[in-house]
Amino acid sequence: MDEKVKVGVYVCHCGTNIAGVVDVEEVAKWAANLPNVEVSRDYKFMCSSLGQELIEADIKEKGVNRVVVASCSPHMHERTFRGACSRAGLNPYLFEMANIREHDSWVTTDKLQATNKAKALVAAAVGRVAHQQPLESLFVPIDPHVLIVGGGVAGIQAALEIADSGNPVYLVEREPSIGGHMAQLDKTFPTLDCSACILTPKMFDAGNHKNITLLTYSEVEEVSGYVGNFTVTIRKKARHVIEDKCTGCGACTEKCPKRVVDDAFEAGLGYRKAIYRPFPQAVPKYPVIDTENCIYYERGKCKACQMFCPTEAIDFDQKDELIMVKVGNIVLATGYDLFDARRIPQLGYGRLANVFNSLEFERLSNAAGPTGGKIVLRDGVTAPQSVAIVHCVGSRDRNYNRYCSSICCMQSLKFAHLVHERLPGSEVYNFYIDIRTPGKGYEEFYHRLLEEGTHFIRGRVAEITDAARRPGEEGKLIVQAEDTLVGAQRRIPVDMVILSAGLQSRADAKEVAIKFGISCSTDQWFIEKHPKLDPVATMTDGVFVAGACQGPKDIPASVAQGSAAAARVLSIIGQREIEIDAATAIVNEESCVGCKECLASCPYQSIEFLAHKNKAHVIEALCKGCGTCVGSCLSKSISLRHFTDDQLVAEMIGAMQTMNLFEMSELEVA
Amino acid sequence: MKYAYYPGCSLERSAASYHTSTMAVAGELGLAFQEIPDWNCCGATEYFSLNLLPAYSLVARNLALVPDDLSELAAPCSACYVNLKKTDKYMHKYPKLGAQVNEALAAGGLQYKAGRLKVRHLLDIMVNDVGYQTIAEHVSKPLSGLRVAPYYGCLIVRPDGGFDNPEQPTSLDRLLRALGAEVIDYPLKAQCCGGHMTQITANVAYELIRRLLQNAADYKADLIACLCPMCQLNLDAYQGKVNSHFGTDYNLPVLYFTQLMALAFGLSGDAVGLGSEIVSSAAALAKIGLEVPKPEAKPKRPDKQALPMPTMPDQEA
Repeated sequence: MDEKVKVGVYVCHCGTNIAGVVDVEEVAKWAANLPNVEVSRDYKFMCSSLGQELIEADIKEKGVNRVVVASCSPHMHERTFRGACSRAGLNPYLFEMANIREHDSWVTTDKLQATNKAKALVAAAVGRVAHQQPLESLFVPIDPHVLIVGGGVAGIQAALEIADSGNPVYLVEREPSIGGHMAQLDKTFPTLDCSACILTPKMFDAGNHKNITLLTYSEVEEVSGYVGNFTVTIRKKARHVIEDKCTGCGACTEKCPKRVVDDAFEAGLGYRKAIYRPFPQAVPKYPVIDTENCIYYERGKCKACQMFCPTEAIDFDQKDELIMVKVGNIVLATGYDLFDARRIPQLGYGRLANVFNSLEFERLSNAAGPTGGKIVLRDGVTAPQSVAIVHCVGSRDRNYNRYCSSICCMQSLKFAHLVHERLPGSEVYNFYIDIRTPGKGYEEFYHRLLEEGTHFIRGRVAEITDAARRPGEEGKLIVQAEDTLVGAQRRIPVDMVILSAGLQSRADAKEVAIKFGISCSTDQWFIEKHPKLDPVATMTDGVFVAGACQGPKDIPASVAQGSAAAARVLSIIGQREIEIDAATAIVNEESCVGCKECLASCPYQSIEFLAHKNKAHVIEALCKGCGTCVGSCLSKSISLRHFTDDQLVAEMIGAMQTMNLFEMSELEVA
Repeated sequence: MKYAYYPGCSLERSAASYHTSTMAVAGELGLAFQEIPDWNCCGATEYFSLNLLPAYSLVARNLALVPDDLSELAAPCSACYVNLKKTDKYMHKYPKLGAQVNEALAAGGLQYKAGRLKVRHLLDIMVNDVGYQTIAEHVSKPLSGLRVAPYYGCLIVRPDGGFDNPEQPTSLDRLLRALGAEVIDYPLKAQCCGGHMTQITANVAYELIRRLLQNAADYKADLIACLCPMCQLNLDAYQGKVNSHFGTDYNLPVLYFTQLMALAFGLSGDAVGLGSEIVSSAAALAKIGLEVPKPEAKPKRPDKQALPMPTMPDQEA
């Protein structure tokens, strides 16, 4: 560009946020003397429309062709000021921001030093902006198909919302039926409506929607591509039942001679057959053969199911199928795992028969569960006279998970209520650390429980044992805890203990995150783009999260996130094409030696190797502009647009010259 | 496998049978225990409550005396084990303490570099170095039909034990199962035996001992297997006192796990110091003398109504 560089500098007061500490007028006056600066102003709120109009007017009237705004973080307003430049006909990449709020006025009270630092930051931006080049954003079309991974309530909700809008959805579920954990529950808090009754209509809709392709007993193998254009490989595991022929009559299950403990749907508390449908309302209705337990796969004979199937739907030779689909957006709703209470041996789960975990109790109290909703001890007959419910098992505990699992208090209160309801006259003890009931109608539910006569003991349970010490303890489970309100040790003998085990991320959450190119927190929950302002998007465009895979969540919150993710997806689909930031890496093919070092360094798999040329090539739509490849390139053949060496050097020179001027130490500018 | 060996004072007198049986078992398994020359008392639990620096120095002298060619130190007594391990660890963690202790040792011409030795409890060596499989292979007279309560005591697994779960240890359970014994679920397996409280406030100790005996009796144990001379002494020698104090009639022999190993390996009772216990083990051991064949443990068909139990990860052993 031969045109003379004319920089406009705009120093923002941000009310008193900046002007309270930084002498903004002085900064603006000083900046007017920097090289290339045509005009330098300060203004109360640069982000206001009047502030933006100042920029636009200077571009049009004074011929300003580079813009520096010294204000807040680019996260906040870079888009705003780029927009102002665009409207005035200036390429938005000729704009640069100096952060004198988060990096300056908010972190010191020393006015002189703050002002000097503001000058250094402005000088750096002025130096840099002269080297900036106009760049054009890339637009890619968006495939309207959506992939939803996980058929729990969050995934179902997202699928239905998207499908209802007329866009096609692939709903992938690992288990033989959709429904997730919610299908296992008996009642939902605090309204106590029947979980299955409110979920099964949604499951049915998802199973029969013309826009939803249901892929149950399937898992995503591989994902490639970028927002708008993902290619996904899905493994459809062999059901050994031909779906087109099966009528779902259930004759096969009835005749199957092999009974196995159902660790999935019945949470290990009930049995199922080797050919089974997880539960009567399963969607789809087709059963699946569990080849690990099926007698035919063990010994080569039996085939009872095949003999009795009226439609010849059993196929022992069926193989896994790999399906490849193209989608524009992905929603992950993979849910949670229950904390394994056996990890806390002193609570006795797995050793003491009448210690149950929360999902076991859900099945126990469920009318469709193994006992038909009768709350009984492990012998299957005896009703307990007294029940202890232990909160925070594996949660809020530095030995296991430090976080609060958020649902357990309400779940424990619900359990207490169900015991009172089904076993009138029984005693219920809730051992809690704090009762946390934030939610609509939740606190009211807690008070209802207080009135129902539940005993609340504030104290973490130290031990659950069957070693009787005092009279009255023989044959009971003794719950030992320090009652922190009374300040005494208590030993409460009970017949049954329910451990409100916390929620954990899925055992394979990390692998799933890597597969979809998103990140996990230290507890392996998926990380959202912004915890407050962008709770369902991720740092990878086109990949969204919903429900408990992002953190412990109850049903209302999961459903809300499912809907939110659907809305975000629909907003992208509605744009038809998506703009990709132009600050991407570019390979200089003349000097590239084809060493492939950059391919390994790229965290987004956005560099491909052109074998016919023996050169690396950046797929711009995938590149996030992180610059890792630039650092890794041994022949200095990759540069990052908008972050070129001359731009960064000019920025540093601008900062350092100012530092020298005011004899500032590096620490003060850092 | 060769280890330096710190017997500790008890093993010379009250727990002599622990020493003999350990040596007998070691011979069978090909373990070499080389006793530290001129070792001294570890200070037990008392000295550490009185004066820390002399207490650490007393223990460190034993560490310093270990010959240079040996890198692992075996201790059969839980208190000795904890003291040796703690001294090594703290000298390493707090260099100032390490320097002070070495200054004291220098008076006797000794010094110890913290972290040089790995201090191991005998049980740790048996289950992790020898292994359940090898132990099982040496069994010639399985303890079939003998109901044993595995008693770990409070010291070896906490807080620095590191080789087993502190709340619900299972290594001794699995070792005893490898010997063919029927191991009872013993909920109090890692609770305190009272230690030296018998000398200070006897009533407190009696109650602690009573709980342990009562629980073993509740589960119809034939005997208690232990791994610490203090635990053995309290449960065995004070059993009569407890009976007269509470009006109970416990009659539970308390043997060292090494004695049971030796018996299962086919060694004679005399060779492993059997008979030196106060509550006689004769009646209990008559059960194995009979050589009851191991009952075929056919898994009971679950009752139609009963609900299945979750399985524990270590149940297979």
